Amino acid sequence: MSTLNHPPENPDIRALKGRALSLRRKMLNMASGKGEGYIAQGLGMADCLAALYFHELRYDPADPKWQDRDRFLLSTGHYSIAMYAVLAEAGYLDETELPTYGLNGSRLPMSTFDDIPGVEIVGGSLGHGLGQAVGMSMALKVDGSPARVFCEFSDGELQEGSTWEAAMGAATFKCDNLVGLIDCNGIQADGPVTVKIDPVADKFTAFGWDTVEVNGNDMEALVSALANAREQDGRPKAIVMRTTPGFGVPTLMARERAHFVRVDNSEWDSLKAELEKENG
Amino acid sequence: MAEALHAVGRTRGMGELIDVEGKVTEIAPFGRTLAELAHERPEIVGLTADMGRYSDILPFRDAHPNRFFNVGMAEQDLIMIAAGMSKAGKIAYCTTYSVFITRRAYDFVSIACAHSMANVKIFAGMPGLVNGYGATHQATEDINMMRGIADLTIIDPCDATELKQVVRAVADIPGTVYVRSLRGKVPVELGSDYKFEVGKAKIIREGRDVGVISTGYMSARARDAADAAAGQGLDAAVLHVSTIKPFDKETVLSFAQRFDRLIVAENHKTTGGLATLVIEALYEAGIMKPLIKIGLADSFFECGSQEYLEAKYQVDLPRFVRAIVEGR
Repeated sequence: MSTLNHPPENPDIRALKGRALSLRRKMLNMASGKGEGYIAQGLGMADCLAALYFHELRYDPADPKWQDRDRFLLSTGHYSIAMYAVLAEAGYLDETELPTYGLNGSRLPMSTFDDIPGVEIVGGSLGHGLGQAVGMSMALKVDGSPARVFCEFSDGELQEGSTWEAAMGAATFKCDNLVGLIDCNGIQADGPVTVKIDPVADKFTAFGWDTVEVNGNDMEALVSALANAREQDGRPKAIVMRTTPGFGVPTLMARERAHFVRVDNSEWDSLKAELEKENG
Repeated sequence: MAEALHAVGRTRGMGELIDVEGKVTEIAPFGRTLAELAHERPEIVGLTADMGRYSDILPFRDAHPNRFFNVGMAEQDLIMIAAGMSKAGKIAYCTTYSVFITRRAYDFVSIACAHSMANVKIFAGMPGLVNGYGATHQATEDINMMRGIADLTIIDPCDATELKQVVRAVADIPGTVYVRSLRGKVPVELGSDYKFEVGKAKIIREGRDVGVISTGYMSARARDAADAAAGQGLDAAVLHVSTIKPFDKETVLSFAQRFDRLIVAENHKTTGGLATLVIEALYEAGIMKPLIKIGLADSFFECGSQEYLEAKYQVDLPRFVRAIVEGR
């Protein structure tokens, strides 16, 4: 195991859960009054993002292009609400900018673009993230950089053939500085995931990845999986995360599983109250 | 350049140009120049999608094995990996056939590369009828497709002299570049004084009677046809538009204004390529002149040798001479 780039030996799980709650608060505030959005996916990813940005990743918000930074690629650009929340929490964005999310003329549109500090790629055209992560991983290896690459992509995105081209490439080029974070939330644009995707973990294992499957809303499990993914044994790492859309807000968790959730303007205050009650 | 790099003759390999008889050629100018340049530029990496041999990138592989990557038959992955490497500080030169870059990996060139101004330099092999494997392998609409991508630079070099300059120049052109590459024994057509400049069309033959506007290796053919037509009393000038995008409208218009009739020639369909660009520019400027388009119809094309295909689809030397001399 490399000695480079190690996060603290003893993660502060309580503090990380606090960060996840803060991200969820930010997301609800950003979505409030918009009537629509990818709030459910964002809430589902909050724990993963908290574990990454406040434990695992090495970065400097004052120097977003630091060459030896760890890269986080959000392939599902429509999860931008979660990305902006964590970028604000981490200090890349000013929190006062968050309410402009999704508004005309905003720097924080409904999908992520790489002109935003801390955003590495243009996300949203699904199937674009993993291959670029492989390329970054290869380039960093050529340079002997200690930096690592973390790429989020989703179960729906596994239907894109380019994802599997990239999965083969990652194993071929021994991208053990690459961690794939596969958000399996069970939904896609038309509703529940329609194509037979499972067994996801077995597929990645068969493609030559070191794979583990966890509850993506369990902070201890996420931190443990990320720690195991540090091993530099020639294999890319896959963490298959089973997440619950809307996690932390029971009404949204119970709502019909939809890609683009509709929320009446009158509902937001009660949703925020639910989040506080759940974490009370 | 060492003597061994040059050859005179007609024996051709896969995807080599036919215009070699009696001409000096250079072997693999793309890959050899890239290998040289990479000694000066350590940030250069080279990639292919199982088309190393047929894109001429192997001299780079041999000189810089640790910076060469064959991603297999996976063109989407080729472009994604190139984009990712560029975003980690590399200049990524990548190669495969034009058809697979354009038709298969379009979204990735557009969004993963061009939208991010990624330093990806695509050397797309065997454009147009250079490939004899039929419609599956003939990129006859690639200019049309690629010119639709914002912030993408598109270059169609004429010969070995220009291609070598392009290999070096693109390293310093910001963002993503699509080059219609030439492989194998590539003819040396342009003089040693020729200077490629991105975005600049160049007159490669002066003349008084007819103005030929052309791109790619068709510019050399236009010049050869003009030389042949001179014996029949017609003096044609040739404007070589090697950069398709950004399009040098200013030079094209000033050139077109000098002549009573025009010819536009390209190794591409006459829809959506150079002819369309020229006609758009002329119309907007209020210039209406007789104009002959030499290029391919809006069709799929059959398999065959380049000689056979070019004669059948009327882009060969006699077609050029007829257009210049007879105006039809």
